[in-house]
Amino acid sequence: VRGYTPLLNTAPHSQERSSYGLTDEQKEFQKVAFDFAANEMAPHMAEWDQKEIFPVETMRKAAQLGFGGIYVQPDVGGSGLSRLDTSVIFEALSTGCVSTTAYISIHNMCAWMIDTFGNNEQREKFCPDLCLMEKFASYCLTEPGSGSDAASLLTTAQRKGDLYILNGSKAFISGGGDTDIYVVMCRTGGKGPKGISCLVVEKGTPGLSFGKKEKKVGWNSQPTRAVIFEDCAVPVINRLGEEGQGFGIAMKGLNGGRINIASCSLGAAHACVQLARDHLLVRKQFGETLSNNQFLQFRLAEMATKLVASRLLVREAATALQDGRPDAVSLCSMAKLFVTDECFNICNQALQMHGGYGYLKDYAVQQFVRDIRVHQILEGTNEVMRMIISRNLLTEL
Amino acid sequence: MHSNRYCNRIIVLPFSVLLEIRVKPDNSGVVTDGVKHSMNPFCEIAVEEAVKLKEKKLIKEVVAVSCGPQQSQETIRTALAMGADRGIHVEVAGKDYETLGPLQVSKIMAALAKKEDAQLIILGKQAIDDDCNQTGQMTAALLDWPQGTFASEVSLDGDKVKVVREIDGGLETIKISTPAVLTADLRLNTPRYATLPNIMKAKKKKIANVKPADLGVDLTSRLEVLKVEEPPQRQAGVKVETVEDLVGKLKETGRI
Repeated sequence: VRGYTPLLNTAPHSQERSSYGLTDEQKEFQKVAFDFAANEMAPHMAEWDQKEIFPVETMRKAAQLGFGGIYVQPDVGGSGLSRLDTSVIFEALSTGCVSTTAYISIHNMCAWMIDTFGNNEQREKFCPDLCLMEKFASYCLTEPGSGSDAASLLTTAQRKGDLYILNGSKAFISGGGDTDIYVVMCRTGGKGPKGISCLVVEKGTPGLSFGKKEKKVGWNSQPTRAVIFEDCAVPVINRLGEEGQGFGIAMKGLNGGRINIASCSLGAAHACVQLARDHLLVRKQFGETLSNNQFLQFRLAEMATKLVASRLLVREAATALQDGRPDAVSLCSMAKLFVTDECFNICNQALQMHGGYGYLKDYAVQQFVRDIRVHQILEGTNEVMRMIISRNLLTEL
Repeated sequence: MHSNRYCNRIIVLPFSVLLEIRVKPDNSGVVTDGVKHSMNPFCEIAVEEAVKLKEKKLIKEVVAVSCGPQQSQETIRTALAMGADRGIHVEVAGKDYETLGPLQVSKIMAALAKKEDAQLIILGKQAIDDDCNQTGQMTAALLDWPQGTFASEVSLDGDKVKVVREIDGGLETIKISTPAVLTADLRLNTPRYATLPNIMKAKKKKIANVKPADLGVDLTSRLEVLKVEEPPQRQAGVKVETVEDLVGKLKETGRI
């Protein structure tokens, strides 16, 4: 099986391009992430996909390096880094395995939500284990009846003394069934976003069960299941923030999540440009290497240009979010929209350049294509991104 | 008294190497402008060994030294992120850096070892870009210290060091006194990844700047590079029909 050769051995200069404009410290973070991706992830990415393995040990190794709570505060075990540092790290890790990196980013998002909106007891109870990946987390917002229309969710949480009784189900939950901590958006009040609260539900709670493991086109190194609540009793002390704040918490989590997902798409596109380039230099037809073919040269140039443009947009959005700029939400949505679309096209074109070989699972390019296809759908579809951006544009004074 | 003495200070010498080799058009050397550098893999192993010895509390301080232009500081920072305590950057730039070879580096190391009162110097056995495999040995000779080269196992015992060396015939175990020079071979250890917190802590660790002249070292090279050439391009093979043809061809080209 012709596996995916780690980038480090082939093109240091392409790695270097992705480090332009970074501080020395960020270059160090990036180097660790690239090394980890090449040594610990890339050699296994095909097997994890084909055998649907959730690589717990590898993720725990990543957590030992500080990747479990990258933007969680250090006092509860996090690395306390910026959104830009985080983007750089996920972009690099993604070159080793998109699916696993994407899960790590979801885990990070959940850890951040507890760190930021939890009280000290909650932060101290949950964050240290999450940062070390002693425990894994899942983000539960989507339901069978509410995807894009997230605020219409139906899972109820009825207050009974010092407990909430949860009833309902969540769909498409990444990690669902294998993870330990569920950050659940549920309805404690009336209709709409203001009736939604955020609860932390621990695996093993009576009344918490899971649907069948979904069979997916990609993201196969993470299990996806429905999460079902049947009179599931959760202590009130597990609520993050006040009643009615849940939707806001969920959306703030997603701003960062969108940058992370876009960063994962970047890593895949980076890897695919590399793979395409290498293939063009080796494959011969009509008496010469494909790299002499002008159409393919131009196509490769377009791919590389869109990759650089995408990278700049993601990093700008990350900086805006870190600095709390007023345009941060728009930028995060723009980054997610533009980058997931462009990077999918880049990976898809890279597959095309491989000809028939691109369609074989022996070659890594098809896995990058399959894995990042879903980035255009989850964490808010690219259609919803347009809703957010246009709303911001049209309500500007 | 002597047997209770333990090592105070190790100096490691992580070198950065070119990741991509292209010969200059005028055959005078290889292109270094804009080519990415990275810590020499054997030096990573050396740094790891030093940090491990510190973690075992057998030595007190690890100092990472690198000789070269500004970008050598990156290599030192990587060593600091792996656990070295402080760094020394010996500034060598421009023409001096182009002609910097093992003899000059070992003179610098010898001077620093005396200045820092080091008990152990650990280096990678060779740099993967020039493959010289000389710096460790020359440093030991200049200092008149014992050397344990191609180390695949190192253990400290009081003021002695037991070194298992990888040699052509197999493995050789020697015991040498400190102060000593060791060079790391591939199987000595597996270097750790720097962790994110350690990378941030490394920012606060000190890197001192030193000039070779301050150490009284003369950098003049005694070597002159006449020419650098790529290895010959691989020629196409020849297909033959029968075994007799094959034997004939091999005899023809003087292979048998």
